[in-house]
Amino acid sequence: MRILTIVKQVPDSNATIKIAASGTAIETAGLKLVMNPFDEFAVEQAIQLREKGQPVEEIVALTIGDDKAAEILRTALAMGADRALHVCDPTLLSHDEVYLAEILALAIQKQPQPFDLILTGKQAIDMDAGEIGPALAEFLNRPHVGAVVGLEISGKQLKARRRVEGAEEYMEVELPALLTCEKGLCEPRYPSLPNLMKAKKKPLDTLKAADLPGVEKISRRSELVAMQPPAARKGCKFVEGEPAQMAKELVRLLREEAKVV
Amino acid sequence: MALEATDFYRLQSSLNSDERQIQELVGRWVDERVLPIIADCFEAGRFPRDLVPEMAEMGLFGPTIQGYGCAGLNNVAYGLIMQELERGDSGVRSFASVQSGLCMYPILSYGSEEQRNRYLPKMAKGELIGCFGLTEPDGGSDPGNMKTRAVQDGDKWILDGAKMWITNGDIADVAVVWATTSEGIMGFLVDRGTNGFTTREIKHKFSLRASITSELFFERCIIPDSQRLPTARGLGAPLSCLTQARYGICWGAIGAAIACYREAFQFTSLRQLFGAPLTHKQAVQIRLADMVRQITLAQLMVLQLGRLKDAGEMHHAQVSLAKWNNCRMALDIARDARDLLGAGGIVAECCPIRHALNLESVITYEGTETIHQLIVGRELTGVSAF
Ligand SMILES: Cc1cc2nc3c(=O)[nH]c(=O)nc-3n(C[C@H](O)[C@H](O)[C@H](O)COP(=O)(O)OP(=O)(O)OC[C@H]3O[C@@H](n4cnc5c(N)ncnc54)[C@H](O)[C@@H]3O)c2cc1C
Repeated sequence: MRILTIVKQVPDSNATIKIAASGTAIETAGLKLVMNPFDEFAVEQAIQLREKGQPVEEIVALTIGDDKAAEILRTALAMGADRALHVCDPTLLSHDEVYLAEILALAIQKQPQPFDLILTGKQAIDMDAGEIGPALAEFLNRPHVGAVVGLEISGKQLKARRRVEGAEEYMEVELPALLTCEKGLCEPRYPSLPNLMKAKKKPLDTLKAADLPGVEKISRRSELVAMQPPAARKGCKFVEGEPAQMAKELVRLLREEAKVV
Repeated sequence: MALEATDFYRLQSSLNSDERQIQELVGRWVDERVLPIIADCFEAGRFPRDLVPEMAEMGLFGPTIQGYGCAGLNNVAYGLIMQELERGDSGVRSFASVQSGLCMYPILSYGSEEQRNRYLPKMAKGELIGCFGLTEPDGGSDPGNMKTRAVQDGDKWILDGAKMWITNGDIADVAVVWATTSEGIMGFLVDRGTNGFTTREIKHKFSLRASITSELFFERCIIPDSQRLPTARGLGAPLSCLTQARYGICWGAIGAAIACYREAFQFTSLRQLFGAPLTHKQAVQIRLADMVRQITLAQLMVLQLGRLKDAGEMHHAQVSLAKWNNCRMALDIARDARDLLGAGGIVAECCPIRHALNLESVITYEGTETIHQLIVGRELTGVSAF
């Protein structure tokens, strides 16, 4: 079995986000960047499949992003992936995940051998779009199960467990397939320092637009036009006085100011 | 471009990508595994021993050693590990310092190949814990006058004496013990369970409470000559170990200072007094700016120290200057941060008081501030004024 994990570099969830002067990006100087936590589940799951005795010949980590994004590929390699692919070309960057998925599909099809299983996070915590997984499955014409919290593989059959309101759902798909990973699937490991060092010796190939013939035909379907910090929350208003008076005032405020009754 | 308080001179850009990734990895482990439990450990006087296998798994023990199951990192990466660990707690960093700098280092440097193979891989895996016995009850600053004695008897040595203030003593599987002999100071590897070797934990500490500190007793302990470190002769041997551990402390102290600064900054930016956040007050800004000044200077110092060490050009007096400067700066910042937090600053929930209390040990062990001042003084004047 050959497994591909798709990972994205995102700001650390504790980082303070500032909008850059351009108004269409965030300030990245000094910003702590990490592997998208949902993608960590994907990498960990791939490694665990191998450790638990599945015949995994190869685990590949793939990202699309700027130069810095290579750092999370190093992390994936240190966790246990065998090689990494970095689609790294300034002309190919976008916030449009369907566009990115189409490019990734092209990069994947260019690989010498196909992948039996593609794993990625159910969403990236920066844009929260959640489109990469399903869109990529479409472009590759693969079955897709989203937000998986458990999986079992026997031969070509894959049974995935997912949580739905008040119940758990089991989906069966035939490999090759694409799954997106949800919290609860597994506990990502901390890579060890020796493995971090060894990761340097593992192959990390960079793909430019020129390496992806046909990429010029892919077009962006949406564009990020502006970013704004969320509006400051208004202060709390306290209604004071006798209970009857307060009730009256509250109803008046709800009606006239909040306009909800 | 906005400057970052705890990297004001953008030293991150002087780190290579390995160093950055290592710092990030260890920092994340500290955030997720140490910070949530450490205040309770400190309060209960408990060493978080369950973290040892995790630290071992990550390769935090003997990380600069090549081979023997160790990572073979450079010294800047090692320093960054120490900094991140101490951002969590000086006790956790002390554990790693002792295991790596004070125990694995002498076995590597002065041990036989057989001793290295027997101890180092297991110490790297955290399966064997070490302690380093140099200080004695009658005075740590003058180890040349130690009273613990080893007398040779054929292919054995008979060890008598006591050591005090020994980190990890009670949980150590092996003690690196320094003793005087008729041929000068020598080092011995004393395994737990050796007849006549006992330990006793020192209780009622107000500092380094999340770390174990012990007394070691040797009563006619019989040590085979194969447990002696063959090439360690004279005070220089234990002092070379101290140089390793002190180097780590120089970095570690910065971690403690950063934790305190961040907490003080966060509190003062939220605390509204006299109609404005405290950070809008001139006196508070001066104090915060001064903390950043001190942290930045300390960072510049250790980075250069690390590059010198990697080039094999570090002088021990340079380590002394940095140990003195950085422990003092961290202690000053911790105390001032404690003060900025007001009454809230005295409870375990806030880190500055814990760091301040810990740093009282850190400024004392591995050579007190005065001792480091005298080492630098001796270097300047050529006169030893101890
Ligand atoms: C928590 C903790 C953990 C420790 N862990 C270890 C360990 O693992 N292994 C180990 O071997 N030791 C350890 N130590 C011991 C530590 O290294 C010693 O405490 C330290 O070297 C100082 O020795 P002392 O406490 O005997 O003080 P002393 O040497 O008695 O010094 C007392 C005071 O006199 C000052 N002084 C000393 N000499 C002079 C001088 N010539 N001129 C002027 N002033 C002077 C000192 O600066 C100090 O203020 C630990 C200590 C602590 C607190």
